[in-house]
Amino acid sequence: MSQRTVPTPIDETIATWSADDFRLVGGRCQQCATVTFPRLDGCPKCGSDDTRALELSQQGTLWTWTTQEFQPKRPYVGRHEQEPFTPYLLGYVELEEGVKVEARLVDCDTQSVHIGMPMELTRFDFQTADERGAVAMFAFRPCAPMLEVQA
Amino acid sequence: MNVAVVGIGIHPFGRFEGVSGLQMGAQATRLALADAGMQWTDVQIAFGGSLGVVLTDSRDDAMADALVTELGLTGLPFVNVVNGCATAGTALLMAAIAIESGTADVALAVGFDKHPRGHFNADPGVYGLPQWYGEAGMFVTTQFFAMKLNRYMHEHGISENTLAKVAAKAFRNGAKNPNAWRRKPFTEEEILASRMVNHPLTQYMFCSPDEGAAAVVLCRADKARQFTDRPVFLKAAALRTRRFGTFEVFSPWLAHEQTPAPTADAAAAAFEQAGIGPGDVDVSQIQDSESGAEIIHMAETGLCEHGEQDELIQRGATEIDGELPINTDGGLLANGEPIGASGMRQIYENVLQLRGDAGERQVPRQPWVGFTQVYGAPGLSACTVMTR
Repeated sequence: MSQRTVPTPIDETIATWSADDFRLVGGRCQQCATVTFPRLDGCPKCGSDDTRALELSQQGTLWTWTTQEFQPKRPYVGRHEQEPFTPYLLGYVELEEGVKVEARLVDCDTQSVHIGMPMELTRFDFQTADERGAVAMFAFRPCAPMLEVQA
Repeated sequence: MNVAVVGIGIHPFGRFEGVSGLQMGAQATRLALADAGMQWTDVQIAFGGSLGVVLTDSRDDAMADALVTELGLTGLPFVNVVNGCATAGTALLMAAIAIESGTADVALAVGFDKHPRGHFNADPGVYGLPQWYGEAGMFVTTQFFAMKLNRYMHEHGISENTLAKVAAKAFRNGAKNPNAWRRKPFTEEEILASRMVNHPLTQYMFCSPDEGAAAVVLCRADKARQFTDRPVFLKAAALRTRRFGTFEVFSPWLAHEQTPAPTADAAAAAFEQAGIGPGDVDVSQIQDSESGAEIIHMAETGLCEHGEQDELIQRGATEIDGELPINTDGGLLANGEPIGASGMRQIYENVLQLRGDAGERQVPRQPWVGFTQVYGAPGLSACTVMTR
């Protein structure tokens, strides 16, 4: 199992993975300005093949959410050494560019999470059951001011 | 459409150790042929759906056209249909189009599947998605249903008790259906108290993959009475895929703009083709992958308005004896989902209802118009309108 302190990203292309300016990398259609995540070769709105990478904003609003309360089958690679499976949250966060990004949600629970909640991008070490041991993965968490209110 | 349903057959849905999906498909086909008073040699073209061949963990899944080795090598054109959760609906549509086009006078649509236990899984690449999306635990169909429902409840005021009521109805109807898998009624309290799967949906609010088969024999409407004195007419069949801006299963991102779902498009197209409105429907079978899906699809199909469902369901309108009977055979919740067969089960049930042969679960007042709808991965829907 890897003992690296900084895990390899789960995918190099979907974020900057920069410690100073960590951002998701989407795509923007040069013809109709549609923003996607991740970047696609073709635009799903107008069909143009003229898309370019676009670094996305780090803040957004929670549009919907749910919990995952059973261990998914493969291709899920999460490592769960504790029994029972530890549930996690996920949802769609609408960013300033208008795109809603699906992501794991961290630093919140079913009591505190709600639609409309301000969220910000973060990264976490995703523990995997495969040879990587852990990978860097993106997530969203409640914006800092809300954490202070709750604290 | 000028197409009639003259034969229907079903293999029960559930778990059948030692019976292959192919065998179930063959049995359903033989029953449909017998119902039409036909031989396999009378079938001029066939469309067969089976999705197991593209799912992960498939075991003994067969392509549908392997049925000819059981039924007879007649040389007929046989088309394998793999079209996500609309696989059965697509097979039926293609068979109807074959008749409409004059390609054949008699066509078979059949579907079967034998899925392993647990939630559906596949390689993200099959859906054109990156591996990380699946590795990180976001490539699970049940999550989509829960998130679409959570947003829908937020916008339209659907209560959790209504979710339980939908499931309770399904199991109550399933108890009256000898071909259903789940035939034990549950109370609303038991449904709400069952294990949480994906908030706000509990275990008994979800359908499960299982095994089964169903088949339908179609013919030219003007020839229907050669085969049966109680034909049911397929007035419309429509298939639509997602447009830009819809909220679909397996979406790493969604657009800012919101567009009506493929179910809305398919239903509108089917009603237009039939020249019949949703208000004329007497009995419906719609996709209840989970309780919320039935609720959302009620409005997307036009059977009611968005936000109207809570009141309708609370007062029993969607029960067998209500004004808007939905999923009279127990739906997916009680029958499970062998994807290749699921949409064909809906046709089977509506034909029984329109013939007046649904026994204990017969909708009263001799229903005249039946409607079906399937929805699922990767964001497509198929609908039909049938009449006596």
